[in-house]
Amino acid sequence: MNHHVDAVKTYAIVWIVLLFATGLTTVVAHVDLGAFSVVVALAIAVAKMLLVALFFMHIRHSTGLTKLVVVGGLLWLGILLTFTLADIWTRGWVGVPGR
Amino acid sequence: MANELHAETLALREQFDDSAQQKDASTLGMWIFLITEIMFFGGMFLAYTIYRNAYPNAFAVASSSLNEIIGAVNTAVLLCSSFTMVLAVRSAQLGQRKALIIFLILTLLLGMVFLGVKAYEWNQKFEEHHVPGASFHLDGTPLQGQAQLFFSLYFCMTGLHALHMVVGVGLLTFLIWKSYKGLYTAEYMTPVDMVGLYWHFVDIIWIFLFPLLYLIDRHLK
Repeated sequence: MNHHVDAVKTYAIVWIVLLFATGLTTVVAHVDLGAFSVVVALAIAVAKMLLVALFFMHIRHSTGLTKLVVVGGLLWLGILLTFTLADIWTRGWVGVPGR
Repeated sequence: MANELHAETLALREQFDDSAQQKDASTLGMWIFLITEIMFFGGMFLAYTIYRNAYPNAFAVASSSLNEIIGAVNTAVLLCSSFTMVLAVRSAQLGQRKALIIFLILTLLLGMVFLGVKAYEWNQKFEEHHVPGASFHLDGTPLQGQAQLFFSLYFCMTGLHALHMVVGVGLLTFLIWKSYKGLYTAEYMTPVDMVGLYWHFVDIIWIFLFPLLYLIDRHLK
């Protein structure tokens, strides 16, 4: 069967970058960045997620259909988060009784 | 050729044209399962976001009671287990049975180290009365209720993550046994690949749990 066999070196580099990013996010958390600190933490987490998904989970070799399903799934997660937060965070804007 | 035929009769179901198509179908099915898992954990991340936004101070105070060094080390342990898992999948792709078994065992051991550290951390939380319920450590202070919300989310999220790890440990044990029996070859190693996807997915959940639970406003401490 025809596998895409990646080099051990590729995996090792991804692994080292992931470990480095873990150290980085821990250190940066101690620096006062105000409201920006959660943005940095999430940006590092998303970067780590992409590395794991693309390389370790082989998304970069996947069929177009699998890629579509993954992106579609994340889109649905986005709908869940965006619409619920849009409700919660705007409730105080107008004087709705019983809010 | 004979070996190839044997692998085909072992692996190929009649509804598929060839083993490549069968593999693609398995991969797609696994990803659809993982999407349902994303939505499952997504609900908890959503609840977390809403309450952290509502009670930022209580969340910062409660979060700083967690030991972020232990959390970071455990994250590293889990990332190492993902690395050994991907090497196990690679060994299976190349039909290297011995390397496959060794990397699966390493992954299993690292997974158990993670669970052991997690158990230690939970035990600490019980001893320090950080568990929501009677005799909570902040009883009588204004932060009491809000901090209990943080710890409720902490125990739910890390608990369900740990449960997924326990399932993963079971799956790895199954794979080690089957690999030992010589079931997986370069032609047929779909179960190894699918468990790999699951293991990496559980890793990704932790990649988000670590900064969100352990690293809130650490500079205030």
